Amino acid sequence: MTQFADLSSIQLDAMREVGNIGAAHAATVLSQLLKQKVQMSVPRVSVTSLTEAAEFIGIPEMPMVGVYLRVFGDAPSKILYLYPKEQALFLAGLLLGETYKVRNILGEMEVSALKEIGNILTGAYVNAFSNFTKLNMISSVPALAFDMVGAIVNTVLADLGEVGDYALIIETKLTTSDSSINGHFFLVPDPDSLGVILKTLGVNGECHNSSGSGCRK
Amino acid sequence: MSQLIRVGMSEIACSRSPDVLATYGLGSCVGVCVYDPLLKIGGMAHIMLPDSSLSKTVTNRGKFADTSIPDLIAKLTQMGALVPRMVAKIAGGSQMFAFMGKDDKLLIGPRNVAAVENALAQQKIKLSAKNVGGNVGRSILFDLATGEVTVKMLNSADIIL
Repeated sequence: MTQFADLSSIQLDAMREVGNIGAAHAATVLSQLLKQKVQMSVPRVSVTSLTEAAEFIGIPEMPMVGVYLRVFGDAPSKILYLYPKEQALFLAGLLLGETYKVRNILGEMEVSALKEIGNILTGAYVNAFSNFTKLNMISSVPALAFDMVGAIVNTVLADLGEVGDYALIIETKLTTSDSSINGHFFLVPDPDSLGVILKTLGVNGECHNSSGSGCRK
Repeated sequence: MSQLIRVGMSEIACSRSPDVLATYGLGSCVGVCVYDPLLKIGGMAHIMLPDSSLSKTVTNRGKFADTSIPDLIAKLTQMGALVPRMVAKIAGGSQMFAFMGKDDKLLIGPRNVAAVENALAQQKIKLSAKNVGGNVGRSILFDLATGEVTVKMLNSADIIL
């Protein structure tokens, strides 16, 4: 199994690139959905100690809406979207259309709309990822929680503790042009999936030179 | 001067009055507070998973209920606390995402709680109070001057155990 802590910079770059391709498709879909420009950050790939995972996003007690999906198939992973509450409500309102009046509560309708957005974005992300890597991937139905961000992140990452002390997190920020939506998007490959993904990308850790050009495929 | 000591996921920390031990954003994890009221010594463990046998290589004993709790008790004993005086209070173990009923990995909260209770019983530590389960995130503050554990949640008033 590939240990997170042992990843070379070329392997991190490769993960960043697949994150980029997936997120670009998700951003396109989001922009079509919202009918406005969506900007995407360069994905940040980081190896985070589980001990500090709750602080990864910032203040662990900050309330946030999290939409969580599992990805099954050749490279099982987790996908998590995080939005501040007001933005989540605004986003839900955009999907629910003109007849819907934005409320300040996260009711059944808003939850359902946010889950659907999670579904649509994940569909785009996973499809692009899957086309690029030729790995078979399929996503679960989404789950939603509105709570302390630390509790959401801890819960999503807890089972990684069975095999190690670190999580590899690919984070992309999606921002609309008027900054009304500023969401975080995370892809967290399961520990065994990392080796699978790196292998299909041809950077499976057999490098003996620093440039990585002599990688065996 | 009282010090605030932060306990991260899978960590164990022990100290004495008037320090405060804290962990923020417990989801499926369980915060275990053990206190010796006579010496005002206490320790906190932030447990992620129920059972170390799930893992092939146990690199960090603090992660699992069955290894973390004996370690916590041993540390407190080293500081002079006595098992018959110790009382435990626990919080956390919620199921943050309500749906995935059958997915074992997501029912980890209730499994963590059961494993913690079991491990405390094995160490013969009395469990005096708990605030567990549900689908809410919690932060806990363990005041070693009084032995009180304050549980903070987002949408409800603080609870003192």
